[in-house]
Amino acid sequence: MADVLQQVEKVRLRDDLPDFAPGDTVRVLYRVREGEKERVQPFEGVCIARRGGGNGATFTVRKVSSGVGVERVFPDQAPTVKGVEVVRRGRVRRAKLYYLRNLKGKAARIREKRTS
Amino acid sequence: MAGIIGRKIGMTRIFDEVGEQVPVTVIEAGPCPVTYVRTEKDDGYAAVQLGFGVQKVKRAPRAETGHVAKAGLSGAPRVLREFRLAPDQAIEVGQSLTVEQFEPGDRVKVTGTNKGKGFQGVVRRHGFTGRPASHGHPLSRNPGSIGPGTDPSRVIKGKKMPGRMGGVRHTVINLQVVQVDPEHNLIFVKGGVPGTRDSFVFITK
Repeated sequence: MADVLQQVEKVRLRDDLPDFAPGDTVRVLYRVREGEKERVQPFEGVCIARRGGGNGATFTVRKVSSGVGVERVFPDQAPTVKGVEVVRRGRVRRAKLYYLRNLKGKAARIREKRTS
Repeated sequence: MAGIIGRKIGMTRIFDEVGEQVPVTVIEAGPCPVTYVRTEKDDGYAAVQLGFGVQKVKRAPRAETGHVAKAGLSGAPRVLREFRLAPDQAIEVGQSLTVEQFEPGDRVKVTGTNKGKGFQGVVRRHGFTGRPASHGHPLSRNPGSIGPGTDPSRVIKGKKMPGRMGGVRHTVINLQVVQVDPEHNLIFVKGGVPGTRDSFVFITK
């Protein structure tokens, strides 16, 4: 039974999102509808969590906007998420970076992942 | 009218064209062979008897095996159930009903046996309020008084008391059909339906 459910979900799963992980700085291209018109509103920040699987997967992006911390949760599968661009890969040792909420300024920096 | 017998597969979510998330229950339903037709003339009401699933012939009651053999079925369905027909509907024995009778946007009723909750107190079972949590009250979720005293010196029938909860037939009405997948015999309805995964449910319009 669970298999059927997985298959149902699989049909719809998108594969156009790049690989990204907590710690990465990402730019989410979010579709916004204003009356009749539709435009893309980018939201750039640090991905602090990815959770769930299948149709229910979401990720959380945090940024500090004019001194105020802003977090948004996006569903991976939402058609309103037009795309995700990875701006910077970060080196972190946790899967959930909720500790960033208590840090600010210099302390909230994340080391860049070194790829060689 | 009429309906279909199905098996609850589970819940997931899908996104509509606006991008809103819609919680859906996936039900694998039909195809259900028509095993008997009741008519206004013979039975006083119009209905069809539908079968669903398979079971070993040796497990099925012989009466049922014989009954469905008349409808041209080999083996025996797991479930047999009657569904009322609208007066103008004509369905014959030997036909099969599928999920195609439903369309996205239809409102349906879903009947099933809900999950058993075991022995529950009155707060959970009947929605009693219990006592306030603060302001010096003792912790309590008890029902309080269950009636007058010496006169009538009994408890009135139907008094809401603790006891077994769930595991009974339950119907959810007005559920919206979100999607129909005739190829895989799947129907997606918005919201939850009674029962565990894998349990039988009956869908009617």
